[in-house]
Amino acid sequence: MRTELVVVGAGPAGLAAALAADARGVHVTVLDAADGPGGQYFRQPAAELNARRPRALHHQWRTWERLRDGLAASGVRLLTGHHVWTVTAGSGTFTVHALLGPEEDQPATVHADAVLLATGGHEHVLPFPGWTLPGVVTAGGAQAMLKHGLVVPGRTAVVAGTGPLLLPVATGLAAAGTRVSALVESADPRRVARHARALAGKLPEGAGHAARLLRHRVRPLARHTVVRAHGEDRLTGVTVAALDAEGRVRRGTGRYLPCDTLAVGHGMLPQTDLAEGLGCRRDGPTVTVDDEQRTSVPGVWAAGETTGVGGASLALAEGHIAGRSAAARLRGAVPDPAGWAPAARTRESLRTGAAALDDAFAPPAHWTEQVADDTVVCRCEEVTAGAVRAAADDLGAGDVRTVKLLTRAGMGWCQGRMCATAVAGLAGCRPDAPRRPFARPVPLGVLARTPLDQPPQDHSPTGHSSTGHSSTGHSLTDRSSSGQEQPSSDRPSSEQPLSGRSSSDLPASDRSASDLPTPEQRTPGLSTPDLSTSDLPTPEQRTPGRPTSRRPTSGPPPTG
Amino acid sequence: MNESLTCDVVVVGAGMTGAACALYAAREGLDVIVVDRGHVAGGTTGAGEGNLLVSDKEPGPELELALLSARLWRELAGELGRETEYEQKGGVVVAETPEALAGLEAFAAGQRAAGVTALGVTADRLHDLEPRLAPGLAGAVHYPQDAQVMPALAAAHLLRASGARLRTGRTVTGVLRGPGGAVRGVRTERGDVHAPFVVNAAGPWGGEVAALAGVRLPVLPRRGYVLVTEPLPPRIRHKVYAADYVADVASDSADLQTSPVVEGTAAGPVLIGASRERVGFDRSVSLPALRALAAGATRLFPFLTRVRALRTYAGFRPYLPDHLPAIGADPGAPGLFHACGHEGAGIGLATGTGHVIAGLLTGREPLLDPAPFRPDRFEEAR
Repeated sequence: MRTELVVVGAGPAGLAAALAADARGVHVTVLDAADGPGGQYFRQPAAELNARRPRALHHQWRTWERLRDGLAASGVRLLTGHHVWTVTAGSGTFTVHALLGPEEDQPATVHADAVLLATGGHEHVLPFPGWTLPGVVTAGGAQAMLKHGLVVPGRTAVVAGTGPLLLPVATGLAAAGTRVSALVESADPRRVARHARALAGKLPEGAGHAARLLRHRVRPLARHTVVRAHGEDRLTGVTVAALDAEGRVRRGTGRYLPCDTLAVGHGMLPQTDLAEGLGCRRDGPTVTVDDEQRTSVPGVWAAGETTGVGGASLALAEGHIAGRSAAARLRGAVPDPAGWAPAARTRESLRTGAAALDDAFAPPAHWTEQVADDTVVCRCEEVTAGAVRAAADDLGAGDVRTVKLLTRAGMGWCQGRMCATAVAGLAGCRPDAPRRPFARPVPLGVLARTPLDQPPQDHSPTGHSSTGHSSTGHSLTDRSSSGQEQPSSDRPSSEQPLSGRSSSDLPASDRSASDLPTPEQRTPGLSTPDLSTSDLPTPEQRTPGRPTSRRPTSGPPPTG
Repeated sequence: MNESLTCDVVVVGAGMTGAACALYAAREGLDVIVVDRGHVAGGTTGAGEGNLLVSDKEPGPELELALLSARLWRELAGELGRETEYEQKGGVVVAETPEALAGLEAFAAGQRAAGVTALGVTADRLHDLEPRLAPGLAGAVHYPQDAQVMPALAAAHLLRASGARLRTGRTVTGVLRGPGGAVRGVRTERGDVHAPFVVNAAGPWGGEVAALAGVRLPVLPRRGYVLVTEPLPPRIRHKVYAADYVADVASDSADLQTSPVVEGTAAGPVLIGASRERVGFDRSVSLPALRALAAGATRLFPFLTRVRALRTYAGFRPYLPDHLPAIGADPGAPGLFHACGHEGAGIGLATGTGHVIAGLLTGREPLLDPAPFRPDRFEEAR
């Protein structure tokens, strides 16, 4: 199969990018591991559940409707159930290698002239005694269960950790009928307040959540942390305690909260495996991009959490810019950034907000003090905190890689996605940029037959006419090309959107998805969907958490 | 934090070879400091499979070193217990065709004469030894002396057992020289380490350390990948490889060569090697190399077709033009000893190398003749 632009990930960033490029006449193919579009943020109930009011669980239902309807009206080809394990580059073409089927053992490849990585992020959880008990789930996992399966994880829940995801998880669980006895947030509300200006866009939504917390009688416990989860075979309760100004647990403040579910999360990390495999430059945990969302590798764009965790609205803006840039570059033209100025402004302000959130919501500085030596840190390989400490203290391991070599922490199914941050903290070293050449485990039989030859040059039909779509002859590697963006003749571009007005005239709130062919867009003022959010997308099932049936572990679902 | 240190021997390189040199030097009563710009086992050691092989070596100095090393490894495994995950699992070299089998048997006959235990295995007995092997193979040779360690654990535990002072995270920026050019230690970015002896155990970077002392050692990196599968119950009992592996090891080609080398590990995953290509220190993933490894492994063990590779990593074997390591004093820099260039056999040859180096440092009669490993042998060839 061949396409012009392949987008990996059908979450907000990937969909916005695909629609922006499609609107400019580009053949776009989108791959996603899930069985439908939306990503974690717009995760939809499984079709067989016949959910009557799925929108009740979503804050940006109208944005979702526009993406969904835009996709349906577009020529974008969506390939669901495609688990991408690597992307390779070779003489002007890219090959996306995916696995299909319930066992993820059927190979599929897509060849493309350009790649756009919108692979999202994955959640991570810091360990504490008892965190591996059944009944302890990740915050994102709890949310995924609500959104996709409409299943309520338990009867009495505590939501804990840090970060903006906890609020919507708490209110979501409460709205679904779970009694949420406490929202335990380690951040100091004063720190959050200090960033009030940067977070201004988020405050109204936050206020909405706060009101819902009140309505559902969820007790907010700021500057608190869970120090232990209790239970024999499964969770029966947690001990929470207050934190002092330094982030240490205050003696004598522990109290027991009975619960059968603990939804815990300590934030998101970008999913960068495919970018790393392509050789894209990274800065710490994120993929580096320029103003057009181009990575350091010519022909490869990235958008959304992959380039820095910042939420769905930022992902939409970045995806839109990336899609437009890719469309222009695929035609050998230099895009005009003025065309996406509103999205660029959104991106600017939301990135500032994301940095503020990052600063405000941090795990307790001394969280490692609560982790007993017998606490399992790496669940896949069952490596304890004591083993990690011994590798660092007795065997001279000074970095995460050496700890991994000496203890096997991070060598298992999740390849350290869940535990690498914790391992670094316990070993007293900085987290290193992960190297995971296989974004998912790949059967050796598939690897042995992986095609290496060049693809045929035809584009399979995708609903576009093939005229005007030739992508040959344009070098994506030449960034100094002096051509100008030429809107394709057979599709409207955002310079002439369906509404007949320039995208730069759109209300600011319409900024990031300005060329979605939606009714609202044609009627100025009718729709001002709230694109600000504190509801961060959470891990995709596309991370190689394997089906739990293959590796019996207890506790959090394999969401990260 | 700068510090000035003094000792008897400074070993450059905290990998397997450096660890073994430190251990045996310390046992000779020398005060040892080990420096490394990275961490313990952070270079080639951390990227290896941990093979202690006699099976792939033709009669000659390398095989003698391997036999000595195998003996020393057995002793160390007895002392260190299970810490290094030492396992004398034995090797099985399989031939796919009658012609390959004839060549393999002739090779094994020569090895037997040199003291290797090499047991012929007929096609009908092969599956008693290794039940999951593919059908239709011509035969094999079983080498019970082949063993395995977990290389990073082995290096870390040998270093700890040595009692040597470990200074990681400091790059050697110069070799200190005294009157008459004698070596006086090394300069690091975080202070000098003074010592009358310097051991260059920097693996594929050994040429760079030699250059700092103004001498030449033509070590080149030869890249290899290892594929690591999901953890499995024990299914592959030996280290199993195809007879053409030996020819690949001895090859001088810069191009990609792969021959399947398959083994289980104590921790569960199956390790699949071995590819060789001379591409400098390039770590980027090569799908052709990985594909060839997977194809070779599934040909030997069809059940692996449905087993998943979880990860892969590249490492750089320190390669010298004649495929022998450099072990011994460098006449161009009195006090400098080289212990590098073991290519893909460094874990296995580390103990013998360390023992020989310790003997040379103290003037004790070494357990084997180190002359074939003389570091200056490449000068004569010019």
